[in-house]
Amino acid sequence: MMSTRALGLGSPLRRVILSRGLAPNQALIRSTFTKRAIQTESLPPSAQVDILNKQRLLRPSSPHFTIYQPQMTWIPSIFHRVTGGALSALLYGFSLAYLVAPGTFDSVHVVEFVGGLPDAVKYAGKAVLAAPFVFHSLNGVRHLTWDTLKFMHVKGVYQTGYVVFAGTALGTLALVLL
Amino acid sequence: MSLLPRLSRSFSSSATRCLATPVTQKPALNKVFKIYRWNPDEPAKKPTLQSYTIDLNQTGPMILDALIKIKNEVDPTLTFRRSCREGICGSCAMNIDGQNTLACLCRIDRNEGKESKIYPLPHMFVVKDLVPDLTLFYKQYKSIKPYLQNSEPPADGKEFLQSPEDRKKLDGMYECILCACCSTSCPSYWWNQDEYLGPATLMQAYRWIADSRDTKTAERKEVLQNEMSLYRCHTIFNCSRTCPKGLNPALAIAKIKMELAAD
Repeated sequence: MMSTRALGLGSPLRRVILSRGLAPNQALIRSTFTKRAIQTESLPPSAQVDILNKQRLLRPSSPHFTIYQPQMTWIPSIFHRVTGGALSALLYGFSLAYLVAPGTFDSVHVVEFVGGLPDAVKYAGKAVLAAPFVFHSLNGVRHLTWDTLKFMHVKGVYQTGYVVFAGTALGTLALVLL
Repeated sequence: MSLLPRLSRSFSSSATRCLATPVTQKPALNKVFKIYRWNPDEPAKKPTLQSYTIDLNQTGPMILDALIKIKNEVDPTLTFRRSCREGICGSCAMNIDGQNTLACLCRIDRNEGKESKIYPLPHMFVVKDLVPDLTLFYKQYKSIKPYLQNSEPPADGKEFLQSPEDRKKLDGMYECILCACCSTSCPSYWWNQDEYLGPATLMQAYRWIADSRDTKTAERKEVLQNEMSLYRCHTIFNCSRTCPKGLNPALAIAKIKMELAAD
């Protein structure tokens, strides 16, 4: 019974059963089938806006970046923003720190501090600073090329994207070994 | 009694069952589809992913065929939009395996081991299951006045003529079916859709700016000349990457930026 109703067969089935008298107990069948499954309520047409607005408040927002496929389009874009923010924070932070305590953050003290660090920390630190810098610079050039309407197609985006990532690897290596 | 089998046949979407001569059955190729579900009648219940397993050898080749099969034969409460089933109406736009596309143009990956995940278009309010609320999207489209505006009467009194070169400028833009795949793939649109127009609307804005018959070009550019409407585009390119019609909204937006900069 559930399956026929699920397919929308309720009413033709009822007609067949009732008209041909196949049911052994017609009164029982009629009372089961003719009972309405849904109660309706009469409302003026003006009520529809209220109903819609009430429902709009409850609607969930569909998932977005957690389910979107990682692509050469938006992943470098988000990296570009993050590296830009981090590099600016570093620049402003260091400048302000120099302004506040010029004795601690001048070149002589910085060189002295870094000179005292073990080699592994030095290389790791250089890589951490160099990678965002090289990536942001190269990807910035990629954006400037787009502004002149060059490589403005999906193929161009992928080609320039791979070039930027390869350039970042090489540039970081060069800066680390400097 | 002959009515029942006939009726159930007309509700079945498996082609082989309709054939007069039985086809030799291929072995079952069962694939799991995980589909986003949310029911407005039970708003307190969080949206969930519901799994459906269907036999791909009893299903058409496209994701839409699978959805229709599930709705017809497994779960009639599954809700989604569809109409033309050939990629011209834009109704069945949804996020399939992480990419926005039209379900009717998206082939089912026949790899049994990999489940397919289907979500509604990203960062949109959900009406039910796979049906997003596109009210704002259509309002934005309306706001750019998507129709020919020309204060002069046509020279020949009948129609506005255009050279083949000018007509060519509209190619790649007039084909847009407004399925909203591009706009809802755009991270800028996710965060700022209340003010940023989004790629679909902006490409149509440029379609009218580029039209040689339109005389309101200056006014059309003027309304885009602010921080939010156009310049939230950061050339991310998700729009062009995802367009099921192979159009390039990012290029159209870049051309608007270029023309605004030259003004």
